[in-house]
Amino acid sequence: METLFSIKPALAVLVSLLAIPGIVLSKKPNVRESWTFIAAIAKLAIIVSMLPFVLKGGEFHYTLIEIWPNLGISFRVDAFGMLFALVASSLWIVTSIYSIGYMRHLDEHSQTRYFTFFAVALSATIGVAFSANLLTMYLFYEALSLATYPLVTHHQDKEARTSGRKYLFYILGGSIALALPAMLITYHFTGTLDFAAHGVMAGKINSGLGLALTLMFLFGFAKVGIMPMHSWLPAAMVAPTPVSALLHAVAVVKVGAFSVVRVLTGIVGTGFLADFGIHFVVAVIASVTIIVASLIALSQDELKRRLAFSTIGQLSYILLGVCLLSEAGMTGGILHIAMHAFGKITLFFCAGAIFCATGIKKISEMTGIGKRMPVTMAAFFIGSLSVVGLPPCGGFISKWQLVIGTMQAGQISMLMVLLTSSMLNAAYFFPVFYKAFFCSDDESLFEDKVDEAPIWCVVPLTLTAGISVILFFFPQPFLNLAQLAVSAILGS
Amino acid sequence: MTDQAPILVLAIPLLTAILMPLAGLFREKLCYPLVIMIMMVTTALSGAILFQTIHFGPIHYYIGDWRPPWGIELVIDPLNALVLLAISVSALLAAISSKAVVEKELEGKEIYFYTLFLLQMTGLTGMVITGDMFNLYVFLEITSITGYALLAVGEDGSYMAVFKYLVMGTIGASFYLIGVGYLYMATGSLNMADVASLIPGVIHSRIVFFAFILCVAGLFVKMAMFPVHGWLPGAYSKAPSAAAALIAPLTTKVSVYILIRICLSVFTAEYVFDFLKQTDFIVWLASATIVFGSLSALAQKNYKKMLTYILIAEVGYMVGGFFLGNRLGISGAILHIVNDVAMTLALFLGAGIFFWKTGSGEREDLKGLFVKMPLTMTGFALAAFSVIGVPPTCGFFSKWYLISGGIAGGQYLFVAALIFSSLINAVLFFRLFEIAYFQPFADHHHAPAHGAVAIEEAPIHMLAPFLVAGAILIALGLYSGEIVTQIIQFAIPAEIM
Repeated sequence: METLFSIKPALAVLVSLLAIPGIVLSKKPNVRESWTFIAAIAKLAIIVSMLPFVLKGGEFHYTLIEIWPNLGISFRVDAFGMLFALVASSLWIVTSIYSIGYMRHLDEHSQTRYFTFFAVALSATIGVAFSANLLTMYLFYEALSLATYPLVTHHQDKEARTSGRKYLFYILGGSIALALPAMLITYHFTGTLDFAAHGVMAGKINSGLGLALTLMFLFGFAKVGIMPMHSWLPAAMVAPTPVSALLHAVAVVKVGAFSVVRVLTGIVGTGFLADFGIHFVVAVIASVTIIVASLIALSQDELKRRLAFSTIGQLSYILLGVCLLSEAGMTGGILHIAMHAFGKITLFFCAGAIFCATGIKKISEMTGIGKRMPVTMAAFFIGSLSVVGLPPCGGFISKWQLVIGTMQAGQISMLMVLLTSSMLNAAYFFPVFYKAFFCSDDESLFEDKVDEAPIWCVVPLTLTAGISVILFFFPQPFLNLAQLAVSAILGS
Repeated sequence: MTDQAPILVLAIPLLTAILMPLAGLFREKLCYPLVIMIMMVTTALSGAILFQTIHFGPIHYYIGDWRPPWGIELVIDPLNALVLLAISVSALLAAISSKAVVEKELEGKEIYFYTLFLLQMTGLTGMVITGDMFNLYVFLEITSITGYALLAVGEDGSYMAVFKYLVMGTIGASFYLIGVGYLYMATGSLNMADVASLIPGVIHSRIVFFAFILCVAGLFVKMAMFPVHGWLPGAYSKAPSAAAALIAPLTTKVSVYILIRICLSVFTAEYVFDFLKQTDFIVWLASATIVFGSLSALAQKNYKKMLTYILIAEVGYMVGGFFLGNRLGISGAILHIVNDVAMTLALFLGAGIFFWKTGSGEREDLKGLFVKMPLTMTGFALAAFSVIGVPPTCGFFSKWYLISGGIAGGQYLFVAALIFSSLINAVLFFRLFEIAYFQPFADHHHAPAHGAVAIEEAPIHMLAPFLVAGAILIALGLYSGEIVTQIIQFAIPAEIM
């Protein structure tokens, strides 16, 4: 494997921080937003420029600060990190377009603060994706938790405060109380926190402690939303919709999933997991989360809350896939980070567009909305297909891999979990757009006149819906990256 | 010049303190620049001393060229050079930011305030650099007496609170003095290095044991360990902001330093950790201090009082870390002395700005400050993150060492106390942030109209030191590995693993 020492990973992380003085000091909103775009495009450009080398199996390394001789703030770009960074940074650009439409249309206050913390959050996200050791990952994980707080509580009312408390309780509380001691105990026994291809615990930690540490990481990185550490996510839906879209369907929650997968593979190690059956414990917890979250989603009338519970279930797909420890299962799990992102962000964009145009949040009030907002609801249809996992959408590819993975691993019960969940997904998504399009004129709550959300909102959601379809036909480079990542982990 | 640095760093503030009233009588406005100038000089000298000790080994300075063990010796090794630099920088920043609060809260008393300021610094510096047990007691009393005076000129009730401090502080100092007396009985010497060399011969002596107990107990009072912490919250929270910003970061930390110095350089590590074997009890006591401090902080409505209880919890961090008796724990304790100086300074400078702005110590009066004072709140958030232990601020790295030391020593109770305290600190500070951020509540989403509230920051001479303190928190964090490997590890005896 080739490695290249380059400052690019650090630049990719820091570029959005560099834009902050520009964002804060700009007098005019248009100037301010152009700083966001400059940063977002620069970030994507830097990341894409590293892509060819990573696709050839290479890695980028860079140490920002060496705190101890063998441990510091260091970056490493491998296939897995690249996949996640590519998703997050490309969707930041789309979300920024959407943010402009949404925030200006609703005349939200404190938009400077909003765009500032968005930039910080993206820095932290890429930092997690590119971290070379657990310390660096923890640092950016915490930075993301804190940067997201002002975004979640943007409305600054009592409801936002309550949600903010819940958010801190699970996210910050989990990382301090569980992930931090787990990290230090690991360091004490193994003497390293670098992510290694086959983990660092084997031979140094016994099975009981290994299981305890794995669970501490799993619940400590509460952003992954595994039950019972999930309830911050529905509460966080109080945030403006672009925040829910990018952070609570892509960046924040996937940072959780990414962190847990990194720890399971790079710290605990697949061999260690398999030897002591720990992967099975995690897979069972993930399965329970998948089914329960899907069932709860059925009963939610508020669209964003339904989407939130759907996200909780979908995140556990990633963990379930990785814990199958079969090649296809792991590929599917990792690929799901990308595929779910494009589908779910489309759905959130649609929910926000509906709120922008009509002020409606509840599904029961959306009967007949297809006539009023045909483009939005068409995009919603595509997004749902992708999340349920049906062709011709990207979500099908990852789910297909997951299903094959269960069979490779011989876990028929897990296969049943996936299929049941798919059916439940269909059951909570399809009625939304079915009612929107197919209802009698009496039932319809809307007049027969097209009146979409602002163009700044509609373009992004069409874009992400389009990408979801394109990903079905051309799943590269994400599929290649996922396969590279898995072959690095499984050592073939 | 550098040969004489150890005495100059003591003498310059002492002599200037005597000249200060004269200068003040001539021009009252001279006091503030004079103090800043002196603090800059001592900071520069401290930096030079640290450089010298790192590169050329410990400095031994014989006052009046009277050789030890009869004369008084100043001994500066990497450990106290580091503490010396930390307290000088802290006092310099506190001095710079004092202008507006002194004018507001201590009108007409500027001369006395700055005179006592310099005397306080003399005492603290002397405690840090002396190599003599009795000389240490003298400086301890100078520090305490000037401290009583500085703290007592605060708001209503500060007399009573400081009287309590005076009584308890005197008891603590007496304990220490009697301890020194016993030690003198057993060894016949007061010079620290000399006593240390005599300890192995009298290691089974009951007198030495009682000397140890009395010294440690006396210092526990001075550093406000639970359950002898009672004097601290009242005395510090009712004090004038400028005095609190000077004293709060330094006094407890210097006391902890002395505890470490006495244990390592007088009684020796062998005696404390191998012979006595009673250190587990002190670790439990430290854990209790942490839990008690955190819970009491949670009960406070007054943010200044809340900070004082956090201060008590932090004392538990350092004492517990040291008595873990392993390399990681002791490194963490020493690192935390420096980090906690910076953290407490930032917190109390921030509290000073809030008090100056709102005229109230109640946390409800912080509302709307995120909009009015965005830079101040950013700095305060940094300080808060450091206390909570968020990387890359320094608080995270001291916790890193302390928790690692706890795990290595099998003291999971101490580890649990540290984690618990981090969680409580998160609650404490986000409670303040919530008030400053959410309140006054909006009627609907758009009520705080665009740009309706004007930014009214504190004056630059308050804001700048505060933000510098915030930057130091991050710098200390990023260089904590360097500090430990380049400085602190030379302060720990080689036999401690």
